[in-house]
Amino acid sequence: MSQLIKLNDNVASIAENEWTVVQLPPSLVEARKQAGKVVLFKLTGEQTVSEEQISGTVIPESGKVIVPLSVFIACKAQLQARINAGEIGVWLDTHEVLADLAEHQSDLNQLPIIAVHVERFADGRIFSLGLLLRTRYSFKNELRAIGDVLRDQLFFLKRSGFDSYLIRADRNAEEAMLSLNDFSAPYQGAVDETRPAFVRYNRVA
Amino acid sequence: MYKYDEIDQRLVDERVAQYRDQTRRYLAGELSEEEFRPLRLQNGLYIQRLAPMLRIAVPYGMLSSKQLHKLADIAHSYDHSYGHFSTRQNLQLNWPKLEDVPDILAELASVEMHAIQTSGNCIRNITTDQFAGVAPDEIIDPRAMAEVMRQWSTFHPEFALLPRKFKIAVSGTKDDRAVVQMHDIGMEFYLDNHNKVAIKVWVGGGLGRTPILGAVIREHLEWQHALTYCEAIVRVYNLHGRRDNSYKARIKILVKALGIDEFRSQVEAEWAHLKDAPNTITEAELARVAKHFEAMPYANLPAHDASFDAAIVSNPVFANWAKRSLHAHKTSGYRAVTLSLKPHGKAPGDATSEQMHVVADLAEQYSFGELRVSHEQNLILADVKLSDLFAVWEKARVYGLATPNIGLLTDIICCPGGDFCSLANAKSIPIAQAIQMQFDNLDYLHDIGDIELNISGCMNACGHHHIGHIGILGVDKDGSEWYQVSIGGSQGNNASIGSVIGPSFSADEMPAVVQKLIDVYIKERTPEELFIDTVRRLGVAPFKAYVYAQDEVTA
Repeated sequence: MSQLIKLNDNVASIAENEWTVVQLPPSLVEARKQAGKVVLFKLTGEQTVSEEQISGTVIPESGKVIVPLSVFIACKAQLQARINAGEIGVWLDTHEVLADLAEHQSDLNQLPIIAVHVERFADGRIFSLGLLLRTRYSFKNELRAIGDVLRDQLFFLKRSGFDSYLIRADRNAEEAMLSLNDFSAPYQGAVDETRPAFVRYNRVA
Repeated sequence: MYKYDEIDQRLVDERVAQYRDQTRRYLAGELSEEEFRPLRLQNGLYIQRLAPMLRIAVPYGMLSSKQLHKLADIAHSYDHSYGHFSTRQNLQLNWPKLEDVPDILAELASVEMHAIQTSGNCIRNITTDQFAGVAPDEIIDPRAMAEVMRQWSTFHPEFALLPRKFKIAVSGTKDDRAVVQMHDIGMEFYLDNHNKVAIKVWVGGGLGRTPILGAVIREHLEWQHALTYCEAIVRVYNLHGRRDNSYKARIKILVKALGIDEFRSQVEAEWAHLKDAPNTITEAELARVAKHFEAMPYANLPAHDASFDAAIVSNPVFANWAKRSLHAHKTSGYRAVTLSLKPHGKAPGDATSEQMHVVADLAEQYSFGELRVSHEQNLILADVKLSDLFAVWEKARVYGLATPNIGLLTDIICCPGGDFCSLANAKSIPIAQAIQMQFDNLDYLHDIGDIELNISGCMNACGHHHIGHIGILGVDKDGSEWYQVSIGGSQGNNASIGSVIGPSFSADEMPAVVQKLIDVYIKERTPEELFIDTVRRLGVAPFKAYVYAQDEVTA
């Protein structure tokens, strides 16, 4: 049974997963924390992808694949024909920078899918990234949450612009789907409904 | 005060259903401990030393009589018939059962209350001045904006899982009573040159392990943009705040690391995209919410009341209470009244179910059915006629709510500490009680005058020890409990962080240490000089010398 939930016109259903996520090989270099040094955006000391990892990544010869952002940037020329054929998507980690993607792919809508990988479900950067992809970068195609994706974050993911969710393998996706509708009239405007409650409803004192 | 419409009610009802199912899944083993943790925390449920602790939201400290009656009933049915009012103007229950929490939430929802985002890494209860709407020095009543912001921050999808907790305070007075400078975002409302409501925005303040006063990120923000500007700030923080070390995850660390200028330019760049977005507050929405905070139907009263004046003259006990517990009011013939939750020898901020019912009745009878919780952990009746004050006092006194110590040494701000909290390094309540007993002489307390003594059981600083004129911090040394003392901290416009006077003390030594600090003050003060001003004038040295003098002799 598929672990993928897809949203079409606000109706959720379990869908077949057509996309293969390409992983980076494990890094052999020990993670270097940038403690004490102020580097914009890199305060948290997350691991950066090494050249070896990029060159060691195996991309399947055919079929629909979602490649890591670093691999996409490094191998874009070789992948161009497949990009044109709509066979290539990109995934990024929550600490990666959207501007890097936009710099190398000016028209994001050439990509049929972008996925954001969340390593721990409690990492709320995924929400800002989804929102920015939808609003700042006007991305219109499938936006997927992958990684530690659990039921109780789905409502927020939906509101942040994600329309597909690959539920963690050990959880029931069918049941998880229910939480997409935990709240029927949220207060603030977000991606799925840009108007706040005070604009949507005629609220009288 | 704000009354729910159908939209508000639906949201809290759906929250009860959601949390009931989350609890069911946790108890059925479908959610791991780690997965359930942020879910219960965002609902104010901690797992404590002895039992879970449930923190109930009291938005910007406002309660109706009906709500307080309900809280009293909940404390009686589900807890040991008492609750603890916290420095975030919330109410904490120390003994609820985890499996009862969904039912408690359903009870709360029936009186337009909830426990949403009272803990966890999200935007917490927005706090303000306990005298909002009635204070004579008020320029803008901040409650309508606080309510608009409460709604905006409730289940904000982008900010559901921030690097760390996020606290916002709003204030609209000349004298800041909401401690805006020690919040992640502080908003000071004022009237600008065009007589329009504007906001001065502070960012990156906070106590905890690394106490820092906020920096001004924007001097002038039009009120319509309050939400979108906050979104810009919180977004920059959400994306770039540290998540690898929870001690370094608050926004203050990011602001410090980047510097306020760089942080500001990132926020402004973000805001350039957000300005005038749909979350911009409309005139109509502010007007709708503000309608709930219109002035009470006050009677037309003279500035003096003969019966009140006579009681003051004839009854020195009442006069003593009145001197400390009454606060000026915008409206002639009215006063705001602080009911002390600091009787000597009791846990500061605790109220029994019986006391809550009594206060709810007093509010119903004498103060338009409303009351407030202060961040100093007392209860306030904001609109009492001069002619009713004696009756209020008489009843409050019977129930231990009239200790005349508001603003005095024994009006201690204190966290639950090691008796309840699993984060604490040391107990705080017994220290507060011992100090209260040491100074259990009202004349002496009045002679010492205005002073703030704050106690936290650990460096998370729930007891605001950094900004106490005297601050006491529980520390752990080789598994035993010790207390570090600082002086010179202060809230208000002239906020400051206290300086530690030296090595820490055992619990037994604490009353004598405070006594020595007070002795130095009494000896050194000039006429009319308050403790904090003496400390500022003389510095820490003379206090330190006297407190530690004995040690040097024996050493």
